[in-house]
Amino acid sequence: MNSMIFTASARILFALMLAASIFILWRGHDEPGGGFVGGLVASMALAVVALAEGVPRARRMLRIHPMSLAGLGVFLGFVSGLPGLLIDGSYLTHQWVFFPNGFKLGTTMVFDIGVYLVVLGGMLALVFRLYEDAP
Amino acid sequence: MNLLLSQALIWPVVLPLATAALCALAWHRPAIQRWISLGGLTLMLAASILLLVQVETEGTQTVAFGSWPIPFGIVFVADRLGAAMALITAVLALAIAVFGLADIRRRQEHAGFHPLYLGMIAGVAGAFLTGDIFNLYVWFEIMLITAMGLLAIDRTRTQLDGTIKYAVLNLLGTLLFLLAVAILYGVTGTLNMADLGRVLSESEPSAALALVAAMFLVAFGIKAGYFPLFFWLPASYHTASIVVSAIFAGLITKVGVYASFRVFTLMFSVDEGGIRELVAVMAAGTMLFGVFGAAVQWDIRRILSFHIVSQIGYMMLGLALATPAAMAGAVFYIVHHIIVKANLFLAAGAIYRATGTYDLRKAGGLMGSHPILALLFAIPALSLAGIPPLSGFWAKYMVIDAAFADSAHWLAGVGLFVGLLTVFSMSKIWVEAFWKTPPLERKHARRVPMAMLVPMAILGLVTLTIGFAPEPFVLYADATATSLLDPKTYIEAVLGPQAGLDLGEQQ
Repeated sequence: MNSMIFTASARILFALMLAASIFILWRGHDEPGGGFVGGLVASMALAVVALAEGVPRARRMLRIHPMSLAGLGVFLGFVSGLPGLLIDGSYLTHQWVFFPNGFKLGTTMVFDIGVYLVVLGGMLALVFRLYEDAP
Repeated sequence: MNLLLSQALIWPVVLPLATAALCALAWHRPAIQRWISLGGLTLMLAASILLLVQVETEGTQTVAFGSWPIPFGIVFVADRLGAAMALITAVLALAIAVFGLADIRRRQEHAGFHPLYLGMIAGVAGAFLTGDIFNLYVWFEIMLITAMGLLAIDRTRTQLDGTIKYAVLNLLGTLLFLLAVAILYGVTGTLNMADLGRVLSESEPSAALALVAAMFLVAFGIKAGYFPLFFWLPASYHTASIVVSAIFAGLITKVGVYASFRVFTLMFSVDEGGIRELVAVMAAGTMLFGVFGAAVQWDIRRILSFHIVSQIGYMMLGLALATPAAMAGAVFYIVHHIIVKANLFLAAGAIYRATGTYDLRKAGGLMGSHPILALLFAIPALSLAGIPPLSGFWAKYMVIDAAFADSAHWLAGVGLFVGLLTVFSMSKIWVEAFWKTPPLERKHARRVPMAMLVPMAILGLVTLTIGFAPEPFVLYADATATSLLDPKTYIEAVLGPQAGLDLGEQQ
């Protein structure tokens, strides 16, 4: 699509949507949101770029193949269960680190990032293909 | 290390899943994917053997993911049946992956063969080991999605045609399954299969539960290819590449059979609501229509596909009778059938490599040019036909003997008759592909690579082992059948001894 306005605004949209997706991913910790929704928003951010500047450009921005991204996500999901197995002998029992100021980090975050990447990779594999086939 | 051993139950599912992820990470490097895949499947085989040993020595194993209390969290349960199925899955997956080294083309690897294949293996193993009915549905979906990808991997017109036929009916099946699970959850308030077994044994029969049982039967029937729901199977299996056909033929339909066995022993009983008569008629129909369908075919893959259907009938026969002897026969039959049927599809692939065709009318002369292939085909073919002393003979003998013992003479008669027709089909392939002088003389004999012959030889060796030393397998099948028909052991293993006591008082 050769519209200058769209191309220019696509970059702003891309940055905003990507930031929003990461916020949603983070928020999903205790409130509505999470890896699935975040991954969807992030894939839409790249889909906007693909629409405005062409799929090859979007693929270059992503650097790796969408399916590799999905694979990385599944692998993170697998890895996130291992600490539980090693610490209290139960796979996928999530482990937490609490900081004195109430901030907490857990292996659920790794799992959620995995979900984010699976959704992002899966959606983009689909979207890129569809846009490439479109005349 | 100790921790890894104590959780042997999760590895047959988690390992192929992680391997699939690693293969997807190496998307552009098929050579690396090939070795990752073989490595992962070897580890899976080791883990499955470990699991079987644990189940044999320590009894039914249970794992609750994420330390959620049972019955609220998702559990994996490995009893004798589940552990045996997981092991056979690992054996077959590895053998077929080795065969794939010679058969899978570069294009298919670039289209994502390895991640899809491993994902499907994880789905199958997950279905065999899960102890949660909704989780079973999830594994069914994973199998369905990866299976669709594998069926359509070449993106040809015939493959898409086959894939659509496969997808439409199987989606209908999984949808019915999901609906049944939803109603069941509404009635009982639990999804844990052991808990369902406990609750359902105490609840009054109702219309909703009868509906759920019927829906389960149809949903698993579509998956397994029961009469009259089998017609998608011969219409789609032969369009896939031979490696995919082989793994489908061996495993996918058997997941449906396994699920019916699990649901209709643990949760429902075939004795109630006329299910026994229904299953008996379906079993007879499955046997007969499958074998008749095969008789008129000339494409090796179509003949073998119809025979999957007819053989499924024998397993259903075991479920229809539901005596310990019949169930033991059916369990034995499943194990024998998975090995033999996958091996026959691999043989079809090797015949294609040697002759360049799947059409029996155009093939011929393999006996002279490829004697080793002839031998490797003869083992599973004779076993499928039930010639003593191969594994198929013992399997058929156990099932049909149990049918006579339960005075279901007509079912036993159908079984014997279908066995005869199976001999006819196998001898047709033998005569046409191996004995007949080929219609077109080849100038250069085409070699069949070792990577094809070795897995066939190993699977053939398993068949021979079961055939010549059936006793440990029969004993295992007997023990499996006893525990299947006495769901108390399964329920106690998951929910603790107290649940079993309650159940005992109820009865």
